[in-house]
Amino acid sequence: MNRVQWFFKGLKNGIPICLGYFAVSFALGISARNIGLDAPQSFFMSFSMVASAGEFAALNLIASGAGVLEMILTCAIVNLRYFLMSCSMTQKLSQDTSFLHRFPLAYCMTDEIFGLSVSVEGFLEPVYTYGITAISVFGWCLGTVLGVLVGNILPDIVTSALGVAMYGMFLAIIIPPARKDRFIAAIVIASMASSYAFSVLPVLKNISSGFRVIILTAVLAGIAAAVKPIEEDDSNGEAA
Amino acid sequence: MFDNMYVKLIIMACSIYAIRLMPFLFLKKPIKNRWFKSFLYYVPFVTLAVMTFPDMVNACVNPIAGFIVLGVGLVSAWVIGDLFTVAVGCCIAAFITGFIW
Repeated sequence: MNRVQWFFKGLKNGIPICLGYFAVSFALGISARNIGLDAPQSFFMSFSMVASAGEFAALNLIASGAGVLEMILTCAIVNLRYFLMSCSMTQKLSQDTSFLHRFPLAYCMTDEIFGLSVSVEGFLEPVYTYGITAISVFGWCLGTVLGVLVGNILPDIVTSALGVAMYGMFLAIIIPPARKDRFIAAIVIASMASSYAFSVLPVLKNISSGFRVIILTAVLAGIAAAVKPIEEDDSNGEAA
Repeated sequence: MFDNMYVKLIIMACSIYAIRLMPFLFLKKPIKNRWFKSFLYYVPFVTLAVMTFPDMVNACVNPIAGFIVLGVGLVSAWVIGDLFTVAVGCCIAAFITGFIW
């Protein structure tokens, strides 16, 4: 298969991702509108970040008036899983693949695009990932902008209902692995319980939601890694 | 200057891109440190769980509706697991509970 064929294969295989992204980013657009972003700003956010939970966190940071350091740290922490995916992706690249491909490939690292890209046999043809990304980011940006624009004319009950789509998506990412692995289920329960504690206990509840995520992630994932280190050669997969 | 929305967005976009790019620049071999590998593996579960609860419940019209929506999300994620289905299922549950209260 030549590069053009790989690109078009990526476009085709990316269609389900595009549809899923459209629905989720529509809700994201509504959240963005509620925080005061206009359509060009929302487009810029979705095009430059291409991150579901990451953009959701970004909106929270903007809404809470976070400072520069908090923004940088929270975005880095919330998107640490992309670091893991990028690590895994480097292992799919042939020595013949130009180093320059690594810059655009880094942009393409989302849960879904990564998952589809690493599922090819043997080494990855980067153009395939670009095809998947082109169609996916199209759906992602279109959904975000329409969420901002059309969200205005939808009644409150509909917009607030669409707002929970983001949380539903998070559950769809963490619950299936928790079903297969009791330890992950325990981590999820402990994380939710800690998060709840941080939202109600005196002093702790004054910590911003951004830093709450940073603190709990560092502590709980750190403990989990010490208690039950993953098997060798299992550094990716479920977390993707 | 920091009050400009685009400045904030650019700062965060750069942070996210840097996280994605670093392994591509520096990693020519697999990670050896087992604790760090494990830490990275567990990160998404903790992060997303913390972001979901209790915020998901608070996003609904009242706590009862919130727990119903959360329940729908948990059960559909457990049984079906498909991202799109779960997201839409939660929306429908939130719409119906919002309509009742």
